Amino acid sequence: MSTDYLTPVLTGRTLLRANPVSKLFAAAVITLALMASIDWVSAAVVLTCELVLMPLLGISVLALARRIWPLLIAALIGAYGTALLAEKTGGVVLDVGPFLFTEGSVASGIAVGLRGLALALPGIFVLLTTDPTDLADALAQKLHLPHRFVLGGLASLRLAGLLVEQWETLGLARHARGVGSGGSFGARTRNLLGQSFGLIVQAIRRATRLATAMEARGFGGGTRTWARESSFSALDAVVAAVGLLIAAGAVTAAVLAGTWNFILS
Amino acid sequence: MASPTALRGVSRHTNQWRVVDIVVASVIAVAVGVLFFAWSAGYSGISLLTAGFPPLGGLYSGGWLIAGVLGGLIIRKPGAAIYCEVLAAAVSALIGTQFGLAVLLSGAIQGLGAELVFLLFLYRRWNLPVALLAGLGAGLALGISENILYNALWTIEFKLLYVLFAAISGVVIAGLLSWLATRGLARTGVLSSFAAGRTADV
Amino acid sequence: MTPLDGPLPRAVQVSARGWGWRHAWRRAFAARHLDLELTPGERVLLLGASGAGKSTVLHALAGVLGSNDEGEQEGDLLLDGVPPAAARGRAGLVLQDPESQVVLARVGDEVAFAAENLAVPRDEIWRRVHRALDDVGLDLPLDHPTTALSGGQKQRLALASVLAMEPGLLLLDEPTANLDPDGVLEVRDAVIRVLDRTRATLVVVEHRVAVWADVVDRVIVLDADGGVLADGAPGEVLVQEATSSRLEQAGVWVPGRRPAVGGAVPTSDGGEVLLAATGLDVARTKRGPVAVAGLDLAVRAGQAIGITGPNGAGKSTAALTLGGLLRPRAGSVRAAPALAGTAGDDPFRWRSPELVQRIGTVFQEPEHQFLTASVGEELAFGPARVGGAQAPGRIAELAERLRLTHLLKANPFTLSGGEKRRLSVATMLATTPRILVLDEPTFGQDALTWAELVTLLRELVHDGVAVLSVTHDAEFIDALGGATLHVSGGAGTLVHR
Ligand SMILES: Nc1ncnc2c1ncn2[C@@H]1O[C@H](COP(=O)(O)OP(=O)(O)OP(=O)(O)O)[C@@H](O)[C@H]1O
Ligand SMILES: Nc1ncnc2c1ncn2[C@@H]1O[C@H](COP(=O)(O)OP(=O)(O)OP(=O)(O)O)[C@@H](O)[C@H]1O
Ligand SMILES: [Mg+2]
Ligand SMILES: [Mg+2]
Repeated sequence: MSTDYLTPVLTGRTLLRANPVSKLFAAAVITLALMASIDWVSAAVVLTCELVLMPLLGISVLALARRIWPLLIAALIGAYGTALLAEKTGGVVLDVGPFLFTEGSVASGIAVGLRGLALALPGIFVLLTTDPTDLADALAQKLHLPHRFVLGGLASLRLAGLLVEQWETLGLARHARGVGSGGSFGARTRNLLGQSFGLIVQAIRRATRLATAMEARGFGGGTRTWARESSFSALDAVVAAVGLLIAAGAVTAAVLAGTWNFILS
Repeated sequence: MASPTALRGVSRHTNQWRVVDIVVASVIAVAVGVLFFAWSAGYSGISLLTAGFPPLGGLYSGGWLIAGVLGGLIIRKPGAAIYCEVLAAAVSALIGTQFGLAVLLSGAIQGLGAELVFLLFLYRRWNLPVALLAGLGAGLALGISENILYNALWTIEFKLLYVLFAAISGVVIAGLLSWLATRGLARTGVLSSFAAGRTADV
Repeated sequence: MTPLDGPLPRAVQVSARGWGWRHAWRRAFAARHLDLELTPGERVLLLGASGAGKSTVLHALAGVLGSNDEGEQEGDLLLDGVPPAAARGRAGLVLQDPESQVVLARVGDEVAFAAENLAVPRDEIWRRVHRALDDVGLDLPLDHPTTALSGGQKQRLALASVLAMEPGLLLLDEPTANLDPDGVLEVRDAVIRVLDRTRATLVVVEHRVAVWADVVDRVIVLDADGGVLADGAPGEVLVQEATSSRLEQAGVWVPGRRPAVGGAVPTSDGGEVLLAATGLDVARTKRGPVAVAGLDLAVRAGQAIGITGPNGAGKSTAALTLGGLLRPRAGSVRAAPALAGTAGDDPFRWRSPELVQRIGTVFQEPEHQFLTASVGEELAFGPARVGGAQAPGRIAELAERLRLTHLLKANPFTLSGGEKRRLSVATMLATTPRILVLDEPTFGQDALTWAELVTLLRELVHDGVAVLSVTHDAEFIDALGGATLHVSGGAGTLVHR
């Protein structure tokens, strides 16, 4: 848990220039296409496209791996869970006591694992190439989401980074007052809970004061102008089109391959 | 000493969101979202523990639901549960969880589960039973939607077990814990600008 | 250079008639029976004892006191004839804590925020941003991150972001608290420069009268029991014998008069050594830069040590390290057997209950240390932890002397700025450790509590407690005597008197 998780690593030059709304749109259609079906073909197509586009992020393989290894593990676990619990069809692959895996269930597991990974990556694309302030500008100006909520959300996002810092100060302050550090396992757990609660208290305190400060600067009225304009360019059409293409390609491939498996059917 | 004159335009209960409602709701969501992150990092670990029987993971899922119930209990405005849950989901997507953008959809569905319970009581009751029910609503929403979106290939009995575990977890973790947290927060005085902070017996 | 012309805001006229406000769940009114008329363009210094209701009045003028279910209002308060909430954008308020009012991530956006909210056209917004930054003398790129600013810069930024509203009424709540002496004058001069250009009405709250006395037209003193204690030109109110002695009794700092402090200035150079720092390098974070290097210091029983220096010099970091809370980057902090007793000689390794009996640290930000739900519990918490039997009498005495008795049932988070500071100092005094480390113990205090605090600390020093205080308050250091550690430019020099 560190502050850097919330500040985007602005590396991908091209995508950085695109409007956050178009990036969100592309990510959303891809996500929807993936969500609609659980099959290995559509997932593999999307995953391949995502990997091909990876250089756009301008992030080294090593740095990326450091960031997304939890996703890999999660995908593996999802695959395993489904392989264990899905309909047991086809020949037996492994049978150890209650753990029975068949060809059919393993195939299901692989589909779920690929799909999980393909689902997670668009989020990473958007995250690494978007500044939160630009995102808020775009959401309010282009999508016309209520500006009070967009800016309230943005302001509290900034507080999140400060909270991580606050966590340490809070630990020191509690230590100075005689609570904290050391003791039995029970005492330490109680102290951790106490400190977490203290952090939420501090967060709400700050939020209340921030709200006063925002109101004192005229926030919360009806209309509002924007110092920085959020605009679309040709690049945004390309981004949106690529997103649509990937989604359509995945669905088509799965239908043609006969693996398409709609989740509501 | 002059006695206080009557208040102009006394507004007992309004459903309008004030600025402080928005900012505090957002901060609660963000704080819980960061917790989500720790939670979902832990989720990989727990998944290993529950490897023998994956539906047990449902027992752990209540942590995802705290934002909605807690936000609803503190802010007491229509939409608070959905807003907090979606924003918390957005933050965890932003930090980078295994579920990507799809968490926004999950967040909306789970928030809706809690929101419907608050709506059922017309945003007037905020006691323990309502909190537990909201946790239950969120837990059911989570169990059912996860079954459709992610566990679709599981056989039906495992899906039912998953929903059961998610519901229990929703009631205990999201419902009870949020209610306790709200009470504790009210006692500290930080909720003094909210009805939730003033009706507590402090 | 940006043009400094353009339309000027119309100065606001303020009138209060029998105005009062009671916070919900407080029995007493925070401010009451207020009758005032401020003419447009007037510059007013608002004084009063800590807890008299000054911040409450400023919040009311800015229209951010909250709705009817947050408190009860009586009488009228009008800006140009309308209630403040209806005059959005006319009044600009700078809250006391500049840290907590930053909304956005970049300096330019932050200053533009208020103008955006008032629906100012885009070109005009940027004109205002440049002008506001010029006015306060903040020479930074527009995309400079708002987190990377010194104390003085933050204070200027807060001022600039309110100025971009072009308010007709400028409200400042202790704008120079926690600034070093140079910073105080810089910020004050920036305010005056802006007012000379815009002619807006000013209401500034500050305990240290001397800074503002020469540049305001009028001084208004709030009575803690409601109403106004004194009102007039600074020359009349502060200088005339009759009023100024009345003000002194109410806790107002009257320039040229030092409040009466009990006890004598401690003169001894201290007794046995309790704690010794050798070749100490201090840093706030594990990998961050070293704030102060090569400190050598012996802390003796019954000795007062003041730590001063400019903002950001590393005073708080040094104090926390000496207090056993931060790990020294290099060098050592060692407790002598007289202090350590049964514990080891490295304070950083002490467990919390061991630490709190030996060294009590009061943080710069009082709210970080509050643990309980009421002032009374908060005071009783430490002694109960230490297991001292001396508790009830001492706590009652502390509460009485630091004027917290009427607040024993209140939530710590709902106190006024000065009350919070007193409470956090009192909680540490209640545990009677051998060494006290106090970070800015006197900020936001009126003259009476200041004097009481100094008296209390003198008594402690007399009884053999070592008192280390980080402060910008020269009078405080003077009154406590002892040695002074000047911290600046990454080094500390010890001066004995
Ligand atoms: N949010 C709140 N809820 C309840 N009581 C409050 C709240 N804020 C302030 N008070 C109380 O109202 C009274 C006036 O507080 P206010 O902050 O206006 O004092 P002040 O004159 O600014 O004092 P200081 O110089 O210490 O800042 C105090 O007794 C304080 O405890
Ligand atoms: N929580 C923190 N995390 C990281 N760096 C910090 C933190 N607090 C302070 N610093 C940095 O450490 C340095 C020393 O800060 P410190 O707070 O000790 O200064 P100070 O002398 O107490 O200043 P002031 O008079 O403004 O209180 C500064 O450069 C500051 O920016
Ligand atoms: Mg105040
Ligand atoms: Mg400091």
